[in-house]
Amino acid sequence: MTQESAASQPVFSDWSVRWFSLAAVLWGVVGMLVGVFIAAELTWPELNLGIPWLSYGRLRPLHTNAVIFAFGGCALFASSYYVVQRTSQARLFLPKLAAFTFWGWQAVIVAAAITLPLGITQGKEYAELEWPIDILIAIVWVSYAVVFFGTIAVRRVRHIYVANWFFGAFILAVALLHIVNSAAIPVSLTKSYSAYAGVQDAMVQWWYGHNAVGFFLTAGFLGMMYYFIPKQAGRPVYSYRLSIVHFWALIFTYMWAGPHHLHYTALPDWAQSVGMLFSLVLLAPSWGGMINGIMTLSGAWHKLRDDPILKFLIVSLSFYGMSTFEGPMMSIKTVNALSHYTDWTIGHVHSGALGWVGLISMGTLYYLVPRMFGQTKMFSVRAIELHFWIATVGIVLYIAAMWIAGVMQGLMWRAVNPDGTLVYSFVESVKATFPFYVVRLAGGLLYLAGMLIMAWNVVKTATSGRYAPVPVPALRPTLA
Amino acid sequence: MDILYLLIPLSALLVLALLGVFGWALNRGQFDDLDDEGRRILGADDAALDQAQTRADRSPQESP
Repeated sequence: MTQESAASQPVFSDWSVRWFSLAAVLWGVVGMLVGVFIAAELTWPELNLGIPWLSYGRLRPLHTNAVIFAFGGCALFASSYYVVQRTSQARLFLPKLAAFTFWGWQAVIVAAAITLPLGITQGKEYAELEWPIDILIAIVWVSYAVVFFGTIAVRRVRHIYVANWFFGAFILAVALLHIVNSAAIPVSLTKSYSAYAGVQDAMVQWWYGHNAVGFFLTAGFLGMMYYFIPKQAGRPVYSYRLSIVHFWALIFTYMWAGPHHLHYTALPDWAQSVGMLFSLVLLAPSWGGMINGIMTLSGAWHKLRDDPILKFLIVSLSFYGMSTFEGPMMSIKTVNALSHYTDWTIGHVHSGALGWVGLISMGTLYYLVPRMFGQTKMFSVRAIELHFWIATVGIVLYIAAMWIAGVMQGLMWRAVNPDGTLVYSFVESVKATFPFYVVRLAGGLLYLAGMLIMAWNVVKTATSGRYAPVPVPALRPTLA
Repeated sequence: MDILYLLIPLSALLVLALLGVFGWALNRGQFDDLDDEGRRILGADDAALDQAQTRADRSPQESP
């Protein structure tokens, strides 16, 4: 940072962008490695070696936290700090506070990596971390909001670019969700009880859980999409008007989709139906945004052939389209009766996580990393191409295996003999799933291999370049 | 389901707040020139800014 502020002309504050980008790659490797290991544990349970902290139940939350909050989170911090400065033509508000968000967020991640294998958990999906870590998250997140909205406040461009609206909604919504859902009564440093009980707790948890998908894993990454696709393609987004409609439609309808996680439970029937209805409505803005992003390449499709970074960005949108179609379908109660609690859900999540969140983050990082080290392109463009294909084949293997396994499990569990007894015992469905777990593991290994190629490429790019400060543009008189 | 007495009003408040932000954006001219706004980010990072696009409350001489 000293190097940046030493320049005579004001320069963009890219220290936190640079370090968050590198951290995203590191945590991506770690999180996906844990994912591959637990996929192997589901295939061959003996792999836990009888050690409690290697057991599936403890490593699974470590995997989800690492890929969502460490990999995805660092990518979101990096890209939002970059985009808000460029589109506002202003230096980051309080760069030191931005540096604090970096160290604070890394502390959260390390604390998660220690406590979760030890079995210290609140037992809430995607909100497992115990109360002291929750407080640290809240502090870091409020600082993030101050830096981001502070930069918006000191912007020199009148218009707030649409990507910033998505980032802003993501930051505010995650703060609200985290604070409400993590409310708990501590009994010791490592143990607390939720402030809510029973089905109330379940409702709050899935109000949080699904909006975390909506605002963390969707709105934030849509912010990336609306900046980096036009930049990489060198063309404005297909319809800027539609992007504004996409934003407002999405945030007005997202909040009540959560109950679809609680179909056929103690949650009142009408609340389940409301959840299903809102989930179905979401199909419209989601597909509007997906088509808007992909059609940005309309008339310049050849760019997709030559540019592997665009391949990442555009194919991520096609997975966004797939999973935002599949999600509303699965929220329909009759479909959910078949799909719920099966591996279909896991397939759905990973088509969104590996396909949408993963690929858009990787494309964004491939755009950012060279610029953060004074380069014009990555060390090896061929390696980006290789990464793209390995990752895509991995995703297809993963989700196809889980679809088949999920539908098979759902059908086996509901099969009934004429006398009313079950045709299959549960363990028979587990046995039948084995080959699909092997295929899923192969898909995961491919995806991890792609991430390792990326890590190598990023290290090579970072070590062969030096960051060159980028001056904030000067103003020029109007010619009109 | 007492929790719905918290969550539903909270959502209603949120929607009202969003409407407020939307109204702010509308009145402050955020949606006035949508044909050009999408194109504006495409300039290089160091491209100079048109004075017409700067904020009225920030004079051109002022450095950030």
